[in-house]
Amino acid sequence: MKRVLTLAVLALALSLPLWLSSLYVLHILIMTGIFIIAAMSLNLLLGYTGQLSLGHVAFFGIGAYTSSLVSLGFEVHLLPDWPLGLAPKPVWFGMLTGVLLAAGCGWVIGRISFKVRGAYFVIVSVSFAEVVRLIALNWLELTQGPMALNNIPVLRLGVPDGFEFAFLRKPANYYLVLTVAIVAYLLIRRLVNSRAGRAMVALRENEALAASVGIDVTRYLVLATFVSAGIAGAAGALYAHYVRIVDPEVFSFIYTVTMVIMVVTGGKGTLLGPIVGGLLFGLLPEILRACGIPPEIQWVSYGVLMILVVSFLPAGIVPALAAWWQLRGDAAGAPALAASSRPPPP
Amino acid sequence: MSQPSAIELSLDRLTIRFGGLTAVDGLSFQVRQGEIASLIGPNGAGKTSAFNAITGYIAPAAGSVSWRGRRLDGLKPHQIAALGVVRTFQKTSVFAGLSVLDNVLIGLHLRSKQQPLAILLGSGRVAAEEAALAAEALGILHFIGLAARAGQLASSLPYGDLRLLEVAIALAAKPKLLLLDEPVCGLNPVETAGFMQLIDRIRGLGMTILLVEHDMKMVMGVSDRIVCLNEGRVIAEGAPADIQKHPEVVRAYLGRPRT
Repeated sequence: MKRVLTLAVLALALSLPLWLSSLYVLHILIMTGIFIIAAMSLNLLLGYTGQLSLGHVAFFGIGAYTSSLVSLGFEVHLLPDWPLGLAPKPVWFGMLTGVLLAAGCGWVIGRISFKVRGAYFVIVSVSFAEVVRLIALNWLELTQGPMALNNIPVLRLGVPDGFEFAFLRKPANYYLVLTVAIVAYLLIRRLVNSRAGRAMVALRENEALAASVGIDVTRYLVLATFVSAGIAGAAGALYAHYVRIVDPEVFSFIYTVTMVIMVVTGGKGTLLGPIVGGLLFGLLPEILRACGIPPEIQWVSYGVLMILVVSFLPAGIVPALAAWWQLRGDAAGAPALAASSRPPPP
Repeated sequence: MSQPSAIELSLDRLTIRFGGLTAVDGLSFQVRQGEIASLIGPNGAGKTSAFNAITGYIAPAAGSVSWRGRRLDGLKPHQIAALGVVRTFQKTSVFAGLSVLDNVLIGLHLRSKQQPLAILLGSGRVAAEEAALAAEALGILHFIGLAARAGQLASSLPYGDLRLLEVAIALAAKPKLLLLDEPVCGLNPVETAGFMQLIDRIRGLGMTILLVEHDMKMVMGVSDRIVCLNEGRVIAEGAPADIQKHPEVVRAYLGRPRT
């Protein structure tokens, strides 16, 4: 049953550009997909280690800026007559650099916040995002500041002096985003279903107890921020080479909030949660618009739906569906709870 | 018992202060290999503080803790656990949002070898190890008597089973020295009797046990040796029969007889 459902969803996702004629809808799907990737990465931190990274957009933006700058090339003067420059590099190399730099920043944040949890982790992450935004805004020589980085090249893959494919059109970009999303999903799934994932969940559930059985909690928090930031950086790189213009707005707090909404409504700490939440809240405004509902009502309904989800399904949509599914299975004649096997007392 | 076994755990003039309060004052005692030692004393005597210092949760103000010749003070809790010194907590402490089986799987952390890179690359060895770990976790649940509840959420367990689950998690970490902090607190007499049998079976696995407990029937029943604390100091030490009659112990628990 589960396998059939998975195959059906995959088939739908893969065949979509073949029968969907509207490029506008495809564009919405690409943007939603990029944010779902970022939300999946946030879920690794928020859902599994239990640490709320309210500056998660920083990693997204670092991925976007790094990838753009490496593929555009740049020259800065750290000292008056000592220029430091980089000639334009292929886009795939830029994207890889973006992912690695974002992951590296995640590693640093994880290390710095080795002792801060809860509210303090939130403050560290928010401050980090703000610092990065200010750098992007004010280091004109590197980032062009509010003038934005323009004419960012698209991804081209191929063999040298031969066949080359450019991810210029929307269907190509759709498949690119879908591929990255599937890879990110598989990476996160492997991680959470392993010793490392259990250590992260142990940190969320009971840190003192986790340490008592030998879990080096800090090490796994750093691993989680590293992987999470890397995936967010990949989402940022995809964004940069699809939209092809990057300004300091990519560090806006609202993007982090969007990711948090996707994760929390879908179901934090579940693999499918960010995908379901992301599809719902990423596509909802567009669906409402298509239905001809006036803008003010669109956003009101968005808010109302969000409040309804969090107040009636506090664990999120996916856990609620899973519980309902299980209840249905039990009612259909599953054996009652097995009796305790504890040895009889003397 | 007078087995001439080696000293494993040794506390030397351990002192713990919280601000101006001295919770543990120059505490020295030893635990020998394979024995069941108990730490008793009135509330506030410093038993749990001593536990916390041994397992690295608080730093002692002075003195030292050594385990098989290695200093434990200064190490972090997870490093101490890796050496084989594993504790349970006074307040019931499990991973409440997870299944009973997952609780024990987390306890098995030290026994699995997966590295992050192998995990991300989806190495076949990781999958094989996961299967082996699940089998091992079920084995531990059988030993404890919770196998039938493996799939249940820990938060849905009755109190008695929660206390057993705590021990199962600690056992999964394969301790050489197991420190139990008031494990039968809140259990009824029948459950306590069952727990005493469990302690006997755990000893059969070759573990040394250090117990903090208020239930005197249990302490007298399972201990080889008892160390009695009052106001952060050892006031008596010896076999259960001696401790019961020791005038200092009687005074600490019942007060000074009126003359």
